[in-house]
Amino acid sequence: MKALLVCEYREGKLLDSSYELVAFADKLGADNVLLLIGSMAEVPRVNSTVYLADAEIYGEYNPDLHKKIVLAAVERENPDYIVFGHSSWGWDLAPRVATALRAGQVSEVVDIVDGQFVAGICNAKLRRTVTPKTDTVVLTIQSGAFNFDSTRQGTPLVERIELSEVIPSLEFIGYEPSEAKSVDLTRSEVIVSIGRGVGKKENVAVISALARALGGELGASRPAVDAGWVEHCQQIGATGQTVSPRLYIACGISGAIQHLVGMRESDFVFAINKDRDAPIAEVADVLVVADIMQIVPELTAKFLKTENTFRQAG
Amino acid sequence: MKILVCIKQVPDMESQFIINSQGNWFDENNLSFRMNEYDEYAVEQAVRLKEQLGGDPDITALSIGSGRVVDVLRKALAFGCDRGVHIVDPDSCAKDPWQIASMIAAFAQTEGFDLIFTGMQSQDRGSAQVGVIVAELLGISCVTTLIGFAYDNGVITVKRELEGGVKGVLKLKTPALVTCQLGLNVPRYPTLPNILKAKKKQLVAIPVGDMPHVRELTATCTIYRPRKKAGGLILEGDVGIVADRLMGILKECTMVMK
Ligand SMILES: Cc1cc2nc3c(=O)[nH]c(=O)nc-3n(C[C@H](O)[C@H](O)[C@H](O)COP(=O)(O)OP(=O)(O)OC[C@H]3O[C@@H](n4cnc5c(N)ncnc54)[C@H](O)[C@@H]3O)c2cc1C
Repeated sequence: MKALLVCEYREGKLLDSSYELVAFADKLGADNVLLLIGSMAEVPRVNSTVYLADAEIYGEYNPDLHKKIVLAAVERENPDYIVFGHSSWGWDLAPRVATALRAGQVSEVVDIVDGQFVAGICNAKLRRTVTPKTDTVVLTIQSGAFNFDSTRQGTPLVERIELSEVIPSLEFIGYEPSEAKSVDLTRSEVIVSIGRGVGKKENVAVISALARALGGELGASRPAVDAGWVEHCQQIGATGQTVSPRLYIACGISGAIQHLVGMRESDFVFAINKDRDAPIAEVADVLVVADIMQIVPELTAKFLKTENTFRQAG
Repeated sequence: MKILVCIKQVPDMESQFIINSQGNWFDENNLSFRMNEYDEYAVEQAVRLKEQLGGDPDITALSIGSGRVVDVLRKALAFGCDRGVHIVDPDSCAKDPWQIASMIAAFAQTEGFDLIFTGMQSQDRGSAQVGVIVAELLGISCVTTLIGFAYDNGVITVKRELEGGVKGVLKLKTPALVTCQLGLNVPRYPTLPNILKAKKKQLVAIPVGDMPHVRELTATCTIYRPRKKAGGLILEGDVGIVADRLMGILKECTMVMK
């Protein structure tokens, strides 16, 4: 069994997620060969063959060309599995490769159980096992689901891969950096985050009062940012900040994976949600099944009261 | 200009899901359904383009599914789409992305759309495949995960959302397919007059038997609930008592209270 692992490279750098593909192939029990569209200096340190296509020529995001490069590597290696990270690059490219090969694709795999692939459905409230029905299978892997031992080092065998001319249909203009952060949550010890469950902008004050009482900062899930309740720099998750406070309180946040990747390193997680099946329970040390607008003011009041008692006593 | 918007009806994610007796999907009874969140951005963007071009583009909204999906088609018409096409398929939820995309591509092939909008993924399956497969089958350009869209004379400039807040800027020409990400625009609330107007718009039903059938490339075997955090505590009931327990836990487990 052989897996072709398609590494990811952006703005001149190999992304660490590429090593997660190796961890995945190990778990699958497959031999692996890698493909990097990048530079020689960034070739992953593994004891495998690495096909290298030059990003100077083929671009950093160029799906037409990248599809052709992956297909060229597939032709040489004839792998059983072609594996990508489930990222803006991987989910864009994988279905193109799968369609060209008429291969079945399983997206955002989180585990392998008895030879079946496990993926989330319904915003991760449920899981499903999937069996591919084709000889060649395309997979995208959820970021963080397969951990790589970063102390492992190896010596790759590099083979160049080149294409005869292909005319791309997209013109890549460039990258736009993320907005400057006026709030840096990465150092906060306490973060209280709001999600769509907060309901409306007027309710945000209730949650920020708790954050203030605890000496913490206010964070948010994406819908709270998209709705304009708070600034983008307060967004936590895949497309926001990654935080690891001592205490994280999630208020009305369901726990979609794109949010969890930004906060699951927190020491202690409280989740307040009226739905006891909300997937945030997968990372919560304490799940409070309640309406935020009822429990949060109560908690803030109790907290301030104890603090005052302390102060008066001291 | 001809535009196609592909929409899916999905369960409300706050619903209580019950696994069906075969154990391979969820039971549809007692669920409420709505338009896939990502598709709302797709419909809105298509309608905005129509408005920008003085009403010239003709927008078809397409949905595949059982009788209930007519609701989301009506909603798309109330947004401002011109006609709805319903591929009537009671088994659509058992079909894989390849089968769904093959039907959409077959429909689009006969119509020759200049621009196709889809959501970047569905909230229930979350495969993020259908849009891209449709584009590949049609042999047209495709960009995914849009948070910015501008159209000028056959040239589309888009912003893709990448990880960590970085964006990629690209240009492409029609015919093209784009997949829409949350935050691309602010979807409107259909007004009452538009809802009434939508009732008079054309809604065509095509039986799934009239569409070409392809075999599935992947199959869902079982579904189950993920485990909650090991050792995680669940508190519920009287708010005052729960708040007291939380205070105790805050003291014991965290550094917040000194
Ligand atoms: C490529 C990509 C990148 C993304 N990046 C991010 C990211 O960086 N960060 C991010 O957060 N998301 C991100 N998302 C979106 C993510 O998939 C989810 O849609 C989002 O996290 C959901 O936010 P939410 O939990 O606030 O809302 P919902 O999922 O709508 O959840 C609301 C929750 O509130 C609960 N609730 C409702 N009312 C109450 C009440 N009165 N009291 C208590 N509980 C209540 C509900 O039970 C529900 O669980 C991304 C998505 C994609 C596709």
